[in-house]
Amino acid sequence: MSSKQEFTYPKIYLYRRIVQSKLFIDSNYAKHIDLDNISDEAFFSKFHFIRLFKNVYGKTPHQYLKAVRIENAKKLLKNGESVSEVCFLVGFDSLSSFSGLFKRMVGQSASTYAAIHKQNKALAAKTPLAFIPGCYAYQHGWSENSNFEETDL
Amino acid sequence: MITKMTVTNIHVIDQNSAYDFYVNKLGFNLVDDIPMGPDTRWLTVSPPDQPDLQLVLFPVKVSKMFPKETAETLISLIKQGIFGCGVLTCNDIFATYEELVAKGVEFIKPPSKEFYGTEALFKDDSGNYFSLQPLNNFGNENNI
Repeated sequence: MSSKQEFTYPKIYLYRRIVQSKLFIDSNYAKHIDLDNISDEAFFSKFHFIRLFKNVYGKTPHQYLKAVRIENAKKLLKNGESVSEVCFLVGFDSLSSFSGLFKRMVGQSASTYAAIHKQNKALAAKTPLAFIPGCYAYQHGWSENSNFEETDL
Repeated sequence: MITKMTVTNIHVIDQNSAYDFYVNKLGFNLVDDIPMGPDTRWLTVSPPDQPDLQLVLFPVKVSKMFPKETAETLISLIKQGIFGCGVLTCNDIFATYEELVAKGVEFIKPPSKEFYGTEALFKDDSGNYFSLQPLNNFGNENNI
């Protein structure tokens, strides 16, 4: 049907610049991001940029950057990285500011979060069927004693 | 009484590709990724604001559930784009459209005003399609 080239809507040029800024944050959250530079590159004044970004995403660019960093920290902690490694991998300079923000945004400390997921991962490896609704396991022919190879008919 | 939907299926052709599409392109959160034998994973994702709904990325392949003929027919129908999997809601349809296009998602229809509100249609990596609609579908959809 319609391609991107043919399609247009009001203020499309502003939308594209705001979305590019958001994608820049998504790709570069682990680096030192200067939000002034993003607004410059997007050809906006800083305050105009912040206002438009918030209209679209419901957060200021700085709030959004913090949220992206914490979401990525959660993924790394789930994968077994240590809290101190994760802190620097997602772009924080200080362990105390990372830990404080993590607890405020997630509702539990980074170390508690990591411990819970480590425990769940071990449980999933040991007893995978505990994580799968019984009806699915039955339909697949997965059982406690099987090696989980599907049965070909 | 029934209180909510907690688990539902999206039939996919390739789980690795579906993982990339739903997690890396749509931005869904991975819930479970548990190996269940050769070439099969228990793979579930959730929309970002809906952690209590698990979408099972359910592979269609010859198995106990899908005899050969059934699997082949189902794969063919999915590839043809026969199956609509539901409505996905976003805060801003134009920003979401631009982001997904930038990530290579194929749209069947860009955001368009319909009598029932603004809607776009896009396909997943298998061929399933979704309607994309803004949260407030009868308000001012353009937030800029």
